[in-house]
Amino acid sequence: MEKKIAHFTIDNKECTATTGVSIINAARENGIFIPTLCHYEGVKPAGSCRVCTVKVNKRHLTACTTPVAEGMEIEVDTAELNDLRSSVIELLFTEGNHYCPACEKSGNCELQALAYRFGIMAPRFPYQFNERDVDASHPKIYHDHNRCILCKRCIRIIKDEKDLPAGSQGRSIFAFNQRAKKVKIKLDDRLGKELSDELAQKAMDICPVGSILVKETGFKTPIGQRKFDKEAISLDNSINLKAMKEAHHE
Amino acid sequence: MPKKITIEPVTRVEGHGKVTIHMDDDNQVVQSRLHIVEFRGFERFIQGRPYWEAPVLVQRLCGICPVSHHLAAAKAMDMIVGAGTGDGLSPTGEKMRRLMHYGQIFQSHALHFFHLASPDLLFGINADPNIRNIIGVALEHKDLAVQGVMMRKFGQEIIQATAGKKIHGTGAIPGGINKSLSKEERDSFLKGEDPLNIDKMIEWSLGALEFFKGYHKANRELIDDFASFPSSHLSLVRKDGAMDLYHGVLRAVDSEGKKILHDIDYQDYASYIGEEVKNWTYMKFPFLKEIGKQDGWYRVGPLARMNTVDFIPTPLAQKEHELFRAYTNGKPNGMSMHMHWARLIEILHSAEMMKELLNDDDIMGNDLVVKGNKTLEGVGLLEAPRGTLFHHYRINRNDQIEMANLIVSTTNNNIPMNLAVESVAKKYLNGHAVISEGMLNAVEVAIRAYDPCLSCATHALGKMPLEISLVDKDSNIIDKKYSG
Repeated sequence: MEKKIAHFTIDNKECTATTGVSIINAARENGIFIPTLCHYEGVKPAGSCRVCTVKVNKRHLTACTTPVAEGMEIEVDTAELNDLRSSVIELLFTEGNHYCPACEKSGNCELQALAYRFGIMAPRFPYQFNERDVDASHPKIYHDHNRCILCKRCIRIIKDEKDLPAGSQGRSIFAFNQRAKKVKIKLDDRLGKELSDELAQKAMDICPVGSILVKETGFKTPIGQRKFDKEAISLDNSINLKAMKEAHHE
Repeated sequence: MPKKITIEPVTRVEGHGKVTIHMDDDNQVVQSRLHIVEFRGFERFIQGRPYWEAPVLVQRLCGICPVSHHLAAAKAMDMIVGAGTGDGLSPTGEKMRRLMHYGQIFQSHALHFFHLASPDLLFGINADPNIRNIIGVALEHKDLAVQGVMMRKFGQEIIQATAGKKIHGTGAIPGGINKSLSKEERDSFLKGEDPLNIDKMIEWSLGALEFFKGYHKANRELIDDFASFPSSHLSLVRKDGAMDLYHGVLRAVDSEGKKILHDIDYQDYASYIGEEVKNWTYMKFPFLKEIGKQDGWYRVGPLARMNTVDFIPTPLAQKEHELFRAYTNGKPNGMSMHMHWARLIEILHSAEMMKELLNDDDIMGNDLVVKGNKTLEGVGLLEAPRGTLFHHYRINRNDQIEMANLIVSTTNNNIPMNLAVESVAKKYLNGHAVISEGMLNAVEVAIRAYDPCLSCATHALGKMPLEISLVDKDSNIIDKKYSG
């Protein structure tokens, strides 16, 4: 079946994309960057971080979960929306315990990179100092819940695909544990034990913060060579663009 | 880590000193105490963190000599990852770390001498504080001020090239280093545009020494007698007795030069050195266990190092060391103001060491990290600008730090600084019951000779927030003065 092309505008710029793709991807195809912390190309969007919030025909919607359609008038880069995104990022900083100076993900962290991009010097909200623990019991993964923003990327992306019939989605190795304020990400007791080195590294790479770390590898990349050392996070260096290229390549 | 703790003042580094002096009925000084009122929580809040984070986290203790903490923690972690210490690393790993360290010593000493101490020497202890600062030096002795700024810059550039950043870098990792120098980086230090090249740094280091020696000649009483007292001295020395600021064995000598700590392996430091806590200061009191709490104290830092080492393994600094030792007929030198002289000899030695390391091709190698059999405990020591720095960690089987003990250089100098203050208090105060401006300045100068970490605030503009209280025998405050 022939793909249908949608015509729409982003910040008054005429754009086109295949009908049905998410606004976040449609924007990328037209060279427009919509920041996100939870979305990852190739997996089902979760809409959990709200950083990609845009206005579609004057309504607030998340760009990762909304399919683009003919005639949409989309607002992305406006003062109001950027302030909204800033406030979401600031809330994440105050809700968790993020100490960039000693974090090995510093320079490669998307949360930090977005804070720089939006020029956040200090959060407008009070720090919560929530009590979170650290799980260092896994032989390969150091799991710091102080930094987790519950984006669910690890749950959606890191799957055990051994001994499964072709076409099956695989079993999640990471999962939510407990509820509400106490909710946290946990490694599956059985599947976690068999975590390969490759999947452990992938879990660290797709984590937008420094919550999932591969043990004993910290600070190996010198300052100056980390992803966001020289350039602000953008369409060119965001983790999703890389993922999108890989997905298309496959 | 996420406990709701408010640490105020933030760390012991944001310096704030407090001195109390006790007088008897005849207005004679009975006792004086230097209180360090900041609280440091690093040993506690590093617990639970992964061991490889320690070199980056703990260096936040300080913004002036973070490299020392970074490297001392990394040396302890070398033990934990089974790389041993000192010569256990790859040649590139060890030499890059040494270059970082000598860059640090060079810039920190230059900062202290040119920015902090030179105003006292150039304008005199009793000069108006409005002139007696680095701005005054810049206005009246422009060449010296420029040298101070550029020497510091050179050291900072070395740190950036080795650690990634001028302050709080990440270069040293357990078992080695995360980068080596490129040829361009190396050449920029060896043949950089005037004045930022190593030969100019050596020339200026010699010039600063000549300046001090000239000043000493003209002001012998101040330099020799001010806050002078005998003491033991402790430092790391190379196995053959040479000065080595990065690695070695632990040696202490008494005031006569007799060895009282015989070149021990510092992994066993806890068998030889104890720490006493007193209720009037947050700073602990280390002592040599064999001698005891009362008399087991010692001095560390540039002066102590001049007294413990047998020689300096670079030719120009060795010549100066010979002159230094000859001044006291080979006996240990106990004159606090000679700390400045010693510091300048170390600036020269650091410059010579940097030149030697920059000319070594290993500095551009690719073999960066060494690992062996993991252990659960490690001690890392080095000679920081202000003296011997101890880092001791124990981890659990999940790679989390369980215990950390740090003895920072200034802590080792706790009793000597108290004695220096007492000596000055007696000289200026006996028979008086008020604190004069000269007395306040003299106390500052005595403390500043040790370049203590508590004077980090001093590193702004030559001012140390200092509070002095004069107390009678019934603990009533007779007089109080502030500076800074």
